[in-house]
Amino acid sequence: MKPEDIIRPENKVYARPELLTDRDTHYCPGCSHGVVHRLVAELLAEMGLADKTIGIAPVGCAVFAYNYINVDWIEAAHGRAPALATAASRLNPDRMVFTYQGDGDLAAIGTAETIHACNRGENITIIFINNAIYGMTGGQMAPTTLLGMKTATTPYGRTAELNGYPLAITNLLAQLDGTCYVTRQAVHTPAAVRKAKGAIKKAFENTLGKRGTSVVEIVATCNSGWKLTPAQSNEWMAEHMFAKYPLGDLKNE
Amino acid sequence: MEEVRLMKGNEAIAHAVIRYGADGYFGYPITPQSEVLETLAELRPWETTGMVVLQAESEVAAINMVYGGAATGKAVMTSSSSPGISLKQEGISYLAASELPALILNVMRGGPGLGTIQPSQADYFQATKGGGHGDYHLIVLAPATVQEMTDFVALGFDLAFKYRTPAMILADGVVGQMMEKVVLPPQRPRRTEEEVRAQCPWAACGRGDRAERNVVTSLELDSARMEVNNNRFQATYRAIEEAEVRYQEYFTDDAEYLIVAFGSVARICLKAIEDARAAGVKVGMIRPITLWPFPSKEIARLSAQVKGILTVELNAGQMIEDVRLAVEGRVPVRHFGRMGGIVPNPGEVADTLRREFDVEL
Repeated sequence: MKPEDIIRPENKVYARPELLTDRDTHYCPGCSHGVVHRLVAELLAEMGLADKTIGIAPVGCAVFAYNYINVDWIEAAHGRAPALATAASRLNPDRMVFTYQGDGDLAAIGTAETIHACNRGENITIIFINNAIYGMTGGQMAPTTLLGMKTATTPYGRTAELNGYPLAITNLLAQLDGTCYVTRQAVHTPAAVRKAKGAIKKAFENTLGKRGTSVVEIVATCNSGWKLTPAQSNEWMAEHMFAKYPLGDLKNE
Repeated sequence: MEEVRLMKGNEAIAHAVIRYGADGYFGYPITPQSEVLETLAELRPWETTGMVVLQAESEVAAINMVYGGAATGKAVMTSSSSPGISLKQEGISYLAASELPALILNVMRGGPGLGTIQPSQADYFQATKGGGHGDYHLIVLAPATVQEMTDFVALGFDLAFKYRTPAMILADGVVGQMMEKVVLPPQRPRRTEEEVRAQCPWAACGRGDRAERNVVTSLELDSARMEVNNNRFQATYRAIEEAEVRYQEYFTDDAEYLIVAFGSVARICLKAIEDARAAGVKVGMIRPITLWPFPSKEIARLSAQVKGILTVELNAGQMIEDVRLAVEGRVPVRHFGRMGGIVPNPGEVADTLRREFDVEL
């Protein structure tokens, strides 16, 4: 059999989704953002939402998300994405509005905006990447950094005495009456990727159905910040991160 | 249709923003401007025009809601008072940098810090020199009457959309709280989705049938491109300076002394001017309506005619710096101001004229 017999459209099993732009990302090799971006791009196309989506980008590693997912975007100030999304959604109620935020953006500087948008039950989806570190600024402590974890600002490891405790903010959001769907997922194995895609799809469906706020946390790796290889990062995440941030639905109404 | 009513400046703002056909208001309570949000809640415009009214969790969230709404091409507004406006400065800088139209009302109270809830004009520097980080200006309108509070809503929105830059109504607490007769404009319909898309081809409101997607951002890591952006902002500001200076002159034809005052203070000064003229001293006044762009040329012209200029402000002397820049040392420029929420009376203005310029009053 010749290669030409195999390389045929009907045999194609993998391609760049139509809504992912054809450009190199600034993400480190091994970073979880690429997988999540792909899932978002796939779903927006599969659900026919390309023309009615408004994405809200954060400050952090995903600040350039708008360069990669080919829909309308608004770039927010650090932590303020849920406030922007609130207005974008209320003023354009038939649009699909989602935020894409990291742990520093969502759970530190933007805590108030996050909690109150969720508590109002804004019809938005919040995609929350929790890799327990500030990637963009060079590996400093995040609100979700685990105790003992070494970062640029906790070089001897995070201690509760100095830095307080890792914040499982998603558990808190699940307590709020305004949220309809709160789940914690990961993208470290093909099975996990499939489940994460299903979760984001459910969140988008909730937003379209005006059922309240949906939060999809993705427990993610930052191999550069963690100073591990991508493969080691996945193992470290499964061993340590999932203990503090166990996967699964926290609320599904 | 038009309607004549008696109401507070803050209440007039609420009526005016609905009647303009605005799409949204996002606020947070703070004295002395809480009547704006309260009146909007009472008027329930979401049941009539479809306008969104939302009490945010903070001033920071409110201005970022304005940012999010403005980025989708909607006509949106927020209001606050001095400490709250300080919190909004981050968002205002982002609005300016992303070239988004929006309307911001500051009903000024005495500062610094928590200060007082009484009237002030101490946010002049903050409003006219930028306020947040980076090189930018707001169009700043200073109402002296409840009627101007009303009229500047439409003017502020129109200028903001014309130049794609945020505009601010900088009112002192007096104008926000006092009641006056006001003519409310007729109700304008809100723009349709098609009209928004036609007026704001840059809006990130969902691609629809647009050929290209839109991204609203203030971020540009390439310095050369960021300088291009800055040059574009500055070109806009030069165009605004050229076309949008607004002011009102009083008794300047034969004036030998000139008062420069804005907002409610100008009305106090007008009484002092009447008294001075009755005593034979020819005092005139220029009242800047746009604090930025500032009527520098007009003040420079009048400085060739008068013997001295007095600025009267509810602060320690802020606008006087712009007056002095305009006058370039041709005549003495003096300041009279009260702080901490004290409003001067006409007699104090006359006393200052007597003291500073040695006139018989």
